[in-house]
Amino acid sequence: MMVTTLAQANKGEQVIVSSILASDLKSKLMELGIIAGRELTVLFHAPFGDPIAVDMEGFVLSLRKSEAELITVMKIPA
Amino acid sequence: MKIALLGNPNTGKSSIFNLLTGLRQHVGNFPGVTVDKKTGSLTIDSVQHELIDFPGTYSIYPHSKDEEVVYSILSDKNHKDYPDLALVVVDASNLRRNLFLFSQVYDLGIPTIMVMNMSDVATRKGISLNQEQLQNAFPAATIVSSNARVGLGKERILEAIKEKELIEHDTFLLNAGLADSTDIASQEAEAEQRYAKINELVKVVEVERKVKTEDSFTNKLDRILIHPIFGYLIFAAILLVIFQFIFSFATIPMDLIDGAFAQLADWTSATLPSGVFTELLSEGIISGIGGVVIFIPQIALLFFFIAILEESGYLARVVFIMDRLMRPFGLNGKSVVPLMSSVACAIPGVMATRTIADWKERMITILVAPLMSCSARIPVYTLLIALVIPETTVGGIFNLQGLVLFALYSLGVIAALFIAIILKWLIRTKEKGFLLLELPSYKTPRWGNVGITVLEKVKVFVLDAGKIILAISIVLWFLASYGPSNSMEEASKNAEKFAIELNLDEDATNDLVSSVKLEKSYIGIMGKTIEPVIQPLGYDWKMGISLITSFAAREVFVGTLATIYAVHDDGEENQPLIEKLRNEQTAEGKPVYNLASGLSLMVFYVFAMQCMATLAVVKRETKSWKWPLIQIGYMGVLAYIGAYITFTLFS
Repeated sequence: MMVTTLAQANKGEQVIVSSILASDLKSKLMELGIIAGRELTVLFHAPFGDPIAVDMEGFVLSLRKSEAELITVMKIPA
Repeated sequence: MKIALLGNPNTGKSSIFNLLTGLRQHVGNFPGVTVDKKTGSLTIDSVQHELIDFPGTYSIYPHSKDEEVVYSILSDKNHKDYPDLALVVVDASNLRRNLFLFSQVYDLGIPTIMVMNMSDVATRKGISLNQEQLQNAFPAATIVSSNARVGLGKERILEAIKEKELIEHDTFLLNAGLADSTDIASQEAEAEQRYAKINELVKVVEVERKVKTEDSFTNKLDRILIHPIFGYLIFAAILLVIFQFIFSFATIPMDLIDGAFAQLADWTSATLPSGVFTELLSEGIISGIGGVVIFIPQIALLFFFIAILEESGYLARVVFIMDRLMRPFGLNGKSVVPLMSSVACAIPGVMATRTIADWKERMITILVAPLMSCSARIPVYTLLIALVIPETTVGGIFNLQGLVLFALYSLGVIAALFIAIILKWLIRTKEKGFLLLELPSYKTPRWGNVGITVLEKVKVFVLDAGKIILAISIVLWFLASYGPSNSMEEASKNAEKFAIELNLDEDATNDLVSSVKLEKSYIGIMGKTIEPVIQPLGYDWKMGISLITSFAAREVFVGTLATIYAVHDDGEENQPLIEKLRNEQTAEGKPVYNLASGLSLMVFYVFAMQCMATLAVVKRETKSWKWPLIQIGYMGVLAYIGAYITFTLFS
C-alpha cells in the first residue's frame, strides 16, 4: 500500500483517506465526509490536470490540485 | 411561525421552496452581509407562516462570510430569525453527507422535519433505503418524502408542519454542543465523531446501491463535456448560441418598449397642460422609467439561459474546465458566466456573480465586468468606425472596419484580465479562495424553477436598481433642459428666426432649436467647461457634451451628437449624421473627426464607465456606494490615459 496524497492519484485509482494536513480547509473537507478510512475513487482530471473530480460514493467532488495535496491517502492495489 | 429551510447545495432546496411558497416570495436583506434573505409565505389552515430560505450549506459551521449568516442565526436562540421549526432537505441518493447537516440541526433541539427529496435520482442509482432504521436514529424527527421536480410532496410537508410538536429528545451525537464558530479544533473533532456515527447508520439504512458512478449516464456525458478539446468547443458553441439568441431576440421587445415609451411621453406632453410639471413627467419620469424597463428583455433572456445551465448541472462543469484558466487572474471558474454575459450586458453579468462564494473573487469579477464591451457600445463603435475607418480590406480577406471592431472588443477583454491581476494584488483579505465544488448529476431543468428565477431577478432589478436609474435620469434630464437665466429662451428665439430666414421646414426648425437649447443648458455649459481637459484627447466641447450625456447610457452618445449637429435622429440611418460630422472643421480648417480623434473616442468608450444602470446594480449587489464609485474612478482614469495615448500615437 503506497502512501501518497490525493493529488498524486491517477485517473481510475481507488484510495483510502489516512489524514488531512492541518490547514484552513481541513474542517471543511472533513464536513464533506473526507475522514480517515473513507474510500474515494478518482474519476477524471480537468484539462491541464487541475482540478480533479473524485467519487465520494453519493456525490462527485471536484478539488484543485492544491486542495488535494492536503489529503494523505493510501492507494488500494487494483 | 418562522420556519427555516435548510439543506446542502444541490438537494433541490429551491425547488422545495418554490413548491411551498409559489410566487409569494420576497427578497430582503440579512443585515451586514451581501447575502440576500429569501423569504416566502405559506398558509396552513388559514394560518400564515414565514419560510426563510437559508443559503445551502454542508454544515452549520461557517467557512465563508455568507455562511456566517446561518451560524449566527442558529447559534442564537434570541435572534429574531431563530426558527420555530426546521425543514431540512435531504438528497435521498446522497445520505451520508446530507445527514451531517441534518443531524446538526436535529441536535440543536429545534423541531425538525426531514424532507427526503430526489427519490427519482435514488431510484435511478439503484438505491433503496430502510426508512424504519433511519427513523429510529432520529425518533423526534418527522421524515417526509418528496420529489420536488414533479411537484410531489407539498401536502405531506404541510401536514408534517401542522402536526409538528416540540419533543424533548436525545441528541444524535452524544455530548453535542454547538461549538464556537472560531473553535476549529472542536469542529474537526465533531466532524470526525459525527461521520463515524453516520457511517454506521448508513450501513443499515442504505440497503443497496446498484449503479456504480463510472457507469452512470452523468459520468459518460462528463467524459465528453470535460474533454480537453471538445469540452471547450462545446462551451464556446453554447455561448455562441446564447449570444445569437440574445442579440437577435432581445432587440425586438427592446424596440417595442422604446417606441411605446416614446409614444407615451409624446402623448403626455400633448395632452397635459404645458408647463414644468408636464415636462418633468413626460421627459424626465416616463423616459426614465422607459430607461429601466428596456433592460428587462436582456436580463430575462440571460438569466433564462443561466438558469438552464445551472439547473441542468452543466454550469458546474464549466467552472471545472475554466477554473485553472481563471485563477491566475484572481478570478474563479464561476467568473466565466458573469464575464461572458457582460459582453451582451454587464447588468445581468454583475447580478450573476451572486454564485461566487469568495468575496474577493466576486468583487474582482464585478469590478472588471463592465470592461467586457457590452452591446450598448456597438452603436458608438459603428458610428465612429464608419466615420473614420476606410472601407478597405487587409491582406485581401479581412475587412479593416471589422478588424477594428474586433480589436476594440479584444482591448476590453485584455483590459479586464489585466485589471483583475492588479486587483488580485491590491485587495488583501484573510479569506483564501477555494474550489471544493460538487458536480451534480445531470438532470433536465425544472421549468418552474427557471421561470421563478427569471421573475425574481427582473423584480430585483426593476425595484432596487430601477430607483437609482430613475433618479439619475431625472437629474440628467433637468441639466439638459434647463440653463442659467434666460440664455436658453433667447437662443431658442434666435434659432427660430434664423430657421425662418433659411426657410427650414418644421422638422429642421425643431432640430435647430433643440441643438441650440442643448448648447445653452447646464450640460452644454459643463461640456464647454471640460473642453480644455478633453482637448489633449482630441475632443471639442460638442463631444464633451455627448460624453456627459452618455454617462446615462453609452448609446445616448449617438442621439446627443445628432441633437447638437441638428441632424434629424429617427434612430435609423447614421448617414446624415456622418456627413455632418465629416464636414466639421476646427478653427484651422482641419477635420475634427479624423483617425486620431475617432480612435481616441473609441478607446475612451472601451474603458469608461458610462452606464448608470450598471452602477445601480453594482451598488445593489455590493450594498455600498463605495464600489460603484471606485469603478467610475478607475475606469475613468483608464479611459483618459488610453484615449490620450491613442490620440498621441495616431496624430
